[in-house]
Amino acid sequence: MRHKEAVVRESRTARRLARKSAALLSGLAALSVALPAAAIREYNLQNPVTPIATQIYDLHTYIMWICVVIFIGVFSVMFYSIFAHRKSKGHQAAQFHENTVVEVIWTIIPFFILLFMAFPATKTVLAMKDASAPDMTIKVTGYQWKWNYDYIDEGFGFYSNLKTSYGQIHGDEPKSDHYLLEVDNPLVVPVGKKVRVLVTANDVIHSWSVPAFGVKQDAIPGFVRDTWFRAETPGIYRGQCSELCGKEHGFMPIVVEVKSADDYAKWLAEHKKAASASADDPSKPWDRKQLLARGEQALQ
Amino acid sequence: MSSIPHDHAGHGDEHGHAHHPAGIMRWIMTTNHKDIGTLYLWFSFIMFLVGGTLALTIRTELFEPGLQIVDPEFFNSLTTLHGLIMIFGAIMPAAVGFANWQVPLMIGAPDMAFARMNNWSFWLLPFAAVLLLSSFLVPGGAAAGGWTLYAPLSVQAGMGMDLTIFAVHIMGASSIMGSINIITTILNLRAPGMTLMKMPLFCWTWLITAYLLIAVMPVLAGTVTMLLTDRHFGTSFFNAAGGGDPVMFQHIFWFFGHPEVYIMILPAFGIVSTIIPTFSRKPLFGYASMVYATASIAILSFLVWAHHMFTVGMPAAGQLFFMYMTMLIAVPTGVKVFNWLATMWKGSLTFETPMLFAIGFIFLFTMGGFTGLVLAITPVDIQLQDTYYVVAHFHYVLVAGSLFAFFGGIYYWLPKWSGKMYDETLGKWHFWLSMIFFNVAFFPMHFLGLAGMPRRIPDYATQFTDWNQVSTVGAFGFGLSQILFLFIVLKALRFGGPASARPWEGADTLEWTVPSPAPYHTFETPPVVS
Repeated sequence: MRHKEAVVRESRTARRLARKSAALLSGLAALSVALPAAAIREYNLQNPVTPIATQIYDLHTYIMWICVVIFIGVFSVMFYSIFAHRKSKGHQAAQFHENTVVEVIWTIIPFFILLFMAFPATKTVLAMKDASAPDMTIKVTGYQWKWNYDYIDEGFGFYSNLKTSYGQIHGDEPKSDHYLLEVDNPLVVPVGKKVRVLVTANDVIHSWSVPAFGVKQDAIPGFVRDTWFRAETPGIYRGQCSELCGKEHGFMPIVVEVKSADDYAKWLAEHKKAASASADDPSKPWDRKQLLARGEQALQ
Repeated sequence: MSSIPHDHAGHGDEHGHAHHPAGIMRWIMTTNHKDIGTLYLWFSFIMFLVGGTLALTIRTELFEPGLQIVDPEFFNSLTTLHGLIMIFGAIMPAAVGFANWQVPLMIGAPDMAFARMNNWSFWLLPFAAVLLLSSFLVPGGAAAGGWTLYAPLSVQAGMGMDLTIFAVHIMGASSIMGSINIITTILNLRAPGMTLMKMPLFCWTWLITAYLLIAVMPVLAGTVTMLLTDRHFGTSFFNAAGGGDPVMFQHIFWFFGHPEVYIMILPAFGIVSTIIPTFSRKPLFGYASMVYATASIAILSFLVWAHHMFTVGMPAAGQLFFMYMTMLIAVPTGVKVFNWLATMWKGSLTFETPMLFAIGFIFLFTMGGFTGLVLAITPVDIQLQDTYYVVAHFHYVLVAGSLFAFFGGIYYWLPKWSGKMYDETLGKWHFWLSMIFFNVAFFPMHFLGLAGMPRRIPDYATQFTDWNQVSTVGAFGFGLSQILFLFIVLKALRFGGPASARPWEGADTLEWTVPSPAPYHTFETPPVVS
């Protein structure tokens, strides 16, 4: 008797709770609509600017929708059951159990759905691994807590440090447009060229990542790994270190500037000139005083 | 299986309380599986609240861009210890607590096979927890390399890392001893007539989990020992300059780490497989299939570890192998979900709090399973590795998965353990508040991850602000709802109405044949199972 009353009371309570939670959920929905659209605009992967990133974007969309359809299908069945097969509606329990045919079917069908996902994914994996025949090669080295870009074909390199000021981080100044995603010296590459990136690190594991390129490669000290990209649209693309590397892991962003062929050629010429100007003459003789002065400058 | 032989004939009811001390010594010296189960469960709840406090500190810092309340190194310690405490201090001990209470009762055994070792398995844990938590107070602070402790960063760390390594060793020893106990108990102490294919699925999931634990906890021990020797004894396991390889740390760690996540979910599967048939008043649809599916998941779990490492730069063949193997795990997992649904189908359903949590589990764990499938696809994982998408995925499967199943289990079995009924209305409040706030906290993290927000950063670019704020609000709501849970349990223990031997009409396992609360010693004469 107590149990029956409890069941009746509980379905009334359940309805009341359902009404309350519906109100809460619609309140939340209204809130998210009311907030300015530009503020919460991030729902998906960043816009792809390389063929690989485009493949990844499409692969994700395809797989996500398959999952959504299956999810809706399966849980429609469950919610129907919750509605129609409840004891409070007087439904009597059937006692069936075990059915080998059904078990085989719902093993085989998901397996085939997975095959349909595995095919396009395999093609993209193989494409991402093919760093052969690049137009240029750049060596990226992760440091605690900055990046170094070495144009090994051109004979110069530079460090790339976070440009956002301490004051902005600690709330003393207003935050810039590219807060935490801006550097003093971005990596510069020409548009439309296959750029092979050799990635390594100086101390701990970091990870060089540019979402718009579909690129992420761990930077492992003592090892050199590679990845590649071909950016198809000029612009500035930003990413962040993607492997915990110590206290300033969140403060060593990656910025890549993709320039047109002409702009890149100009930039390259300027930088090579500047680099060779400040480089030492290889045949210069060094005396002790000069060596000490240089050491002091380099190590302090 | 009491070690003191005595004559049953004239003893009757006074038997129960005559042989153990009272007060604090009872709890320190106990070899009784019920007491030890209770100790594990209370310990895990306390650690859950501690880990939750760390999480709320993290979410407070992440409410707005900029650094407001903690410095970056301490933030890294918070994320590290939050992970270690929740995994090793909350989820795993809770699962063992359920095993201790329920396995002997469900197989008709008087206690665990090694009752004294059982005591030690528990009491190692508070000691390990003190080591771990005290690491906040040593010079250099607590370990700050993420719960995954990747070398070489963890080689650089201060003393807090050593305390963490010792704590991990101790917790590992506890798990291994507990698992030996569970396997021996299940294989040897089942009541006559209870064949392996007749025992409750919860016992099957724990049998398989125990084998996983024995297989991989030593691997974790090896990993952290190599880390310790790299740190202090001049070895170079993970140092390229000395001939080692930092990525080897990841391989060995994740060889433990992947089975570890199945260790955390399989007992939850077992609890859900107990609750659903009870409240559907219908037998579990495919018992044999569920056993095979669980075993398949366990075996496959050894073959997928490098899906945590898709960005290290392994050859295409490696990436493809691990992608295919990881995708395959979706098949037996799907089989389990379909079996639960088929159990509910055409049942006679009621929705008491345990059933609400079990249904919530199926719904949200499946969502987590789908995001796991998305992450299994290597090219997509390259974009999502080390972003908040991963954080969303594992919180769906571990919180909305394991934790919800454990809540369901507590509500389900508390009447048996304590003899008191909890307040059903408050239980439902706990469910709905947890359900709603959990999703508010963690669903937006999918968007953050897709948009490119990395993990383990104390400060973020301004375009990520809004979802972070929504998430923080949800986290606080979820956290406060767990205080309600504590209140519900304490209220039940103190003021709850009396529970009958079988308060759930559809329950049919052996524990419901003994009185509520279960007597201190049960099944001293094994029941005969038809």
